[in-house]
Amino acid sequence: MTQLPPPSAKKLGLVIDLDTCVGCHACVISCKGWNTENYGAPLSDQDPYGGDPSGTFLNRVHSYEVQPEDAPAQLVHFPKSCLHCEDAPCVTVCPTGASYKRVEDGIVLVNESDCIGCGLCAWACPYGARELDADAGVMKKCTLCVDRIYNENLPQEDREPACVRTCPAGARHFGDLGDADSDVSKLVAERGGFDLMPELGTKPVNKYLPPRPKDVATPCTPLETVAHDGKGFAAWLDRALSALPGGGS
Amino acid sequence: MHPAPSVIIFTTFSGLGFGLLFWLGLGVITPTGLSAFIWFAIAYVFAVGGLLASTFHLGHPERALKAFSQWKTSWLSREGIAAIATLIIMAIYGAGLVFAATPIAILGWIGALGALATVFTTSMIYTQLKTVPRWHHWSTPMLFLGLSLGGGALLAGQVKLTITLLTCAGGLQVFVWITGGARFEQSGSDMQTATGLGNIGKVRSFAPPHTGSNYLMREFIYVVGRKHAQKLQVIALVFGFVAPIILLLIPFNHIFAGLAVLFHIGGVLTLRWLFFAQAEHVVGLYYGMR
Repeated sequence: MTQLPPPSAKKLGLVIDLDTCVGCHACVISCKGWNTENYGAPLSDQDPYGGDPSGTFLNRVHSYEVQPEDAPAQLVHFPKSCLHCEDAPCVTVCPTGASYKRVEDGIVLVNESDCIGCGLCAWACPYGARELDADAGVMKKCTLCVDRIYNENLPQEDREPACVRTCPAGARHFGDLGDADSDVSKLVAERGGFDLMPELGTKPVNKYLPPRPKDVATPCTPLETVAHDGKGFAAWLDRALSALPGGGS
Repeated sequence: MHPAPSVIIFTTFSGLGFGLLFWLGLGVITPTGLSAFIWFAIAYVFAVGGLLASTFHLGHPERALKAFSQWKTSWLSREGIAAIATLIIMAIYGAGLVFAATPIAILGWIGALGALATVFTTSMIYTQLKTVPRWHHWSTPMLFLGLSLGGGALLAGQVKLTITLLTCAGGLQVFVWITGGARFEQSGSDMQTATGLGNIGKVRSFAPPHTGSNYLMREFIYVVGRKHAQKLQVIALVFGFVAPIILLLIPFNHIFAGLAVLFHIGGVLTLRWLFFAQAEHVVGLYYGMR
């Protein structure tokens, strides 16, 4: 079971646009909502209204400041969830077969009734995509909303992951990254989509689109000083105070 | 990495227990009757006690039996199978010595091999993780095996073997401490590769995802203990290796041998704590921490 299947033709995943994300965390909330009310153990919180709140989330938004050498710093909001890796290290380490990668569409899932909560899959994941729920004692991770995308009880427009459906900026895209002609694949090709930590050889399915290059502002010369020699009371006061010991120039 | 007591106790004591089983199986000592019972009881208390401790950190220990199923890919599963198989084989070998005073040599050798396999598979649970560069190195299984065989020889009362093995293991441990610190940098993962934003400029964590802590930070970002790392390394070296060797160089005496065992266990517990507390997981990069 924890042997990875041969690469599937269909590779469902997300494309996240770092240029468009405004860091509103709506995807975090809708994810937590959907995945608490629907499939599997709820995403619990500990001390949610107290001094040290903590909880399980399948999607978290970081914010980074990127400092180019000769331009102003840029703020980049960075949503992160399971990347549904083709060579998923979290699956092969699982001792019970609870973790698996679906043959038909490549989604990585956890069978919660087989999970012993050893945490080794979370250790093996470089991206922090898996969190052991403190209440349920089982591993939780992004399911790519497998209970939405194939759900015929939902209207067509809702058959995509909750995070994608809710994103007000249109920064999240869902589709088949195994199909070179799909909208998401074209987007990745057009915008130069990239992998996170490619050096670890996990071959993530999810791709990130880099922030578009910023406009270069034309260099502006500061205004020339209008008054070189002050007059009147203020100027006298300035001279008098500067003359005192410790006075500035 | 968070140094969970259950895992430290597990790796330390089951390492010692399987080490002793290795020497018993090899026939380095072949006690019989009551004396054999005591030797095997010590080995089993350590080995089984350690294995039981490892189940304490599970979210669902009642499902532990399922962990024997995925030996094709999972080192944790392989470790469970190797441990149980070794314990069963050595129990039959031990029964031969206790009740019939007959060593069934072939069973002993298979059991000794199984004990080695158990310690090796335990070490591979950590070694396989590319996400923890300090562990992802050939020295991790070597050190686990060295400590297990050295500690086992000490428990088996083999003075010359113990001195040789503990000297080697101690040397290897010092090498690991000296070279281990640089391995994260050498791995090539940094905030630039983690975020993919490196070609724009230098990346700094501006705001974490939440105001509070979370599972990932508690499990993978453990910075508290590193402050005293160097002092603890000296303590582990003196307790785990130097003191037992000196005590064994003094003409043999059961009190000194017992002290040597106690010192060694204290030392191994300390170095195993450091093994976890000093290890840095790449997920910390997303938090701008290590």
